[in-house]
Amino acid sequence: MSELLLSAIFSENLALAYFLGMCTFLAVSRHFETAFGLGLAVIAVETITVPINNLIFTGFLADGALAWVGLEDINLGFLKLIASIGVIAATVQILEMVLDRFFPALYHALGIFLPLITVNCAILGASLFMLERHYTFSESVVYGFGSGLGWALAIWALAALRERVDENLVPEGLRGLGLAFILTGLMSMGFAVFGGLELG
Amino acid sequence: MNIKNKLLIEPIVATNPVTVHVLGICSALAVTTSLATALVMSASLIFVLCLSSTIISLIRHHIPTSIRLIIQITIIASLVIVVDLVLQAYLFEMSKRLSVFVGLIVSNCIVLGRAEAFAMKNPPGPSLLDGIGNGFGYAWILLAIGGVRELLAAGTLFGRTILPLADEGGWFVPLQLMALPPSAFILLGLLVWAVRSLRPEQKEVLPGTGNEEKVI
Repeated sequence: MSELLLSAIFSENLALAYFLGMCTFLAVSRHFETAFGLGLAVIAVETITVPINNLIFTGFLADGALAWVGLEDINLGFLKLIASIGVIAATVQILEMVLDRFFPALYHALGIFLPLITVNCAILGASLFMLERHYTFSESVVYGFGSGLGWALAIWALAALRERVDENLVPEGLRGLGLAFILTGLMSMGFAVFGGLELG
Repeated sequence: MNIKNKLLIEPIVATNPVTVHVLGICSALAVTTSLATALVMSASLIFVLCLSSTIISLIRHHIPTSIRLIIQITIIASLVIVVDLVLQAYLFEMSKRLSVFVGLIVSNCIVLGRAEAFAMKNPPGPSLLDGIGNGFGYAWILLAIGGVRELLAAGTLFGRTILPLADEGGWFVPLQLMALPPSAFILLGLLVWAVRSLRPEQKEVLPGTGNEEKVI
């Protein structure tokens, strides 16, 4: 389990090793404060949606999963894409309402980032990877949390770097997006180094 | 330039979805380890983008605004499932190598972006052209990065040897880094730099001087 957690955070980081959620990753990493809110939102949504998608897949969509209603031969696996995106959209909506009702301070801190997360491919990607690798339910909880945390760490680090770099004189064409890509590339090397890490 | 050519040609460089609008980056970076995967991915995206733009444009007057995102996502997801199943049936090896990234076309911002920004407001003909233009704008970037990475990482293009490897009696020592994720980021960064140096109007201004918001 601890190895799964570590690899989800570092060596198999969704943003830096699988390039997921790059659009938001680059667009929202200009300022550290907004990046911080987005990171928290991603951790929360990943930790909730990945296990839910796991339950839905094993309970309804997998080959023979509908045996409990007497339909042994039915395999609804091809619906996993629509089911996953539906779960994510619904979860984000519910989370938004719950936060608004019970934790207004946190709700305002996250602002517009919650709805945006629906179209963040890091969220859908984590669910699809979980299905592709056949994680059990408890593994999917660990994987969801770990991959969310990994993504958040990456965007926090990039935002901090970009705030510093923006003040330096770099070639004009490289400023902004170009430099953000190259910084991300260097960070990606750094995270890959954690590949062999084991908890003693 | 007449309007049709404009729709087709502008997205190639001037309003390129990847280098200018920063959309669809995830897949552009992930599937570029070789030319073949980049080609299949581009073809899948062009197929989905053209059909989704046309279909959404055809029914645009019947879509209630409040639930348009759900309808768009459902149409796109259905098309992606078709592509995914076709790839699994006829190109199984390729579908394994593309892994989850075909499925991720659903949340590829180019497709939803064009549906929302263009197809909802224009008739089917121009929407199709817009889809083709943006699809090819995305495709050439994928192919360029995929080509460089495959050539420098393995000395091949489409699996055919171009630079004879040192291990096999040639002279070329492959760059292992090119096969790994960091190289994709750095190459795309250099590509953006090159495009922006050739087209100065796309450069970003220093923050704090006013109109920095226009870029991202």
